[in-house]
Amino acid sequence: MSHVIEVTDLTKRYRDTLAVDRVSFTIEQDTIYGLLGRNGAGKTTVMSILTAQNFATSGDVRIFGQHPYENARVLQRMCFVRESQKYPDDALPKHAFGTARLFFPNWDQALAEQLIDDLQLPMKRRIKKLSRGQLSAVGVIIGLASRAEITFFDEPYLGLDAVARQIFYDRLLEDYTARPRTVILSSHLIDEVSNLIEKVLVIDRGRIIMDEDTDAVRDRAANIVGDASAVDAFVAGREVIHRESLGHVASVTVLGALTASDRERLAAMGLDVAPVSLQQLIVRTTQHAAGVSGSAAAEDPSATDEGALR
Amino acid sequence: MIEEGRALFLQIAESVEDSIIDRSLAEETQAPSTNELAAFYRINPATAAKGVNMLVDKGVLYKRRGIGMFVAPGARDRLLAERREAFADRYLDPLLAEARKLGLGPDDLSRLLHDRAARAQDATDTEGTAR
Repeated sequence: MSHVIEVTDLTKRYRDTLAVDRVSFTIEQDTIYGLLGRNGAGKTTVMSILTAQNFATSGDVRIFGQHPYENARVLQRMCFVRESQKYPDDALPKHAFGTARLFFPNWDQALAEQLIDDLQLPMKRRIKKLSRGQLSAVGVIIGLASRAEITFFDEPYLGLDAVARQIFYDRLLEDYTARPRTVILSSHLIDEVSNLIEKVLVIDRGRIIMDEDTDAVRDRAANIVGDASAVDAFVAGREVIHRESLGHVASVTVLGALTASDRERLAAMGLDVAPVSLQQLIVRTTQHAAGVSGSAAAEDPSATDEGALR
Repeated sequence: MIEEGRALFLQIAESVEDSIIDRSLAEETQAPSTNELAAFYRINPATAAKGVNMLVDKGVLYKRRGIGMFVAPGARDRLLAERREAFADRYLDPLLAEARKLGLGPDDLSRLLHDRAARAQDATDTEGTAR
């Protein structure tokens, strides 16, 4: 499968903050990606550089093999739905959709109208007066109806209720199935999107710490629960990313898929195995990274405390 | 319906296998398409396709050009044999582990098993169709 985005050694520095730190990755065509990470990890910065709305300090970005800056042929094939998109003061939703219709060659007006209906967007109210959820709905509608070859959704669900979010996920899957395209979805609601995304990219402190098939990650880790000494005996020599205990009972998260003989041994030792969701795995790996990167990120002594508190 | 901690494509493949085993999906009939599975389970179509492809590789489904996927003849017997082989690992081992924790021996288990089986027999009509 071909790569629609290639990023090499991308770095972005704001004064004394390193927002993106020598990041390299590729995005495959017609695939839904989850771009996940904590606030301030660098997700929005990366997406705005890829869509030519921000400049890289160094490194190379290629979209469809070309540089995106002031490159209309590339830009009209991409749609970036920003979390806090600004619209002109007096604009009504129809003005925003009208502009999008002019800009995006694949714009589907029927889909836009269906979504306006589904999400019950008031069309006669100025965008400035819309609620946070309705504002998000405007972005979601533009993102889906633009049918751009690459669409970025940066936390598109803010203020959307559970019903509206489900409508978004369902319409996204439906339309993606009918017209496959590349979608990059940045989200904190990892459990909600984990079944939609084929690949997962996790950014932590400006670095990519996970770039894999979502399905391959699902059995990547397991919680081993039971008598603390038995748990310790089992996890010896394995990579432990999290540990909790209550009296004599310990719950330890280990990396690495369990083999059949591991499971037999666990059963014989009277230990329980609980699955680890993608969300838990990411929370634990980012915590873990914060905890052990003490040597690498020694300039930030609060890092380990922060990790332990969450 | 979908559980955490196991590859989704395996769970999709198993759900199709379950339908074949309980005869709701007969041999030589059309299996649900990748897109139908994706929409029903609300998952990425590529993941559903991976599950379907696994069943094709296993010889459980086969492709009829331009029509779709069909259940292969003999698929049910082969799946039954495979599931029976895995039955002890999958169900008995955890049962024995829990029983040991509670101080129940093989004889206690055997008695419980017979009691329960007799009770289930009485309620076959309702229980049998539930799964």
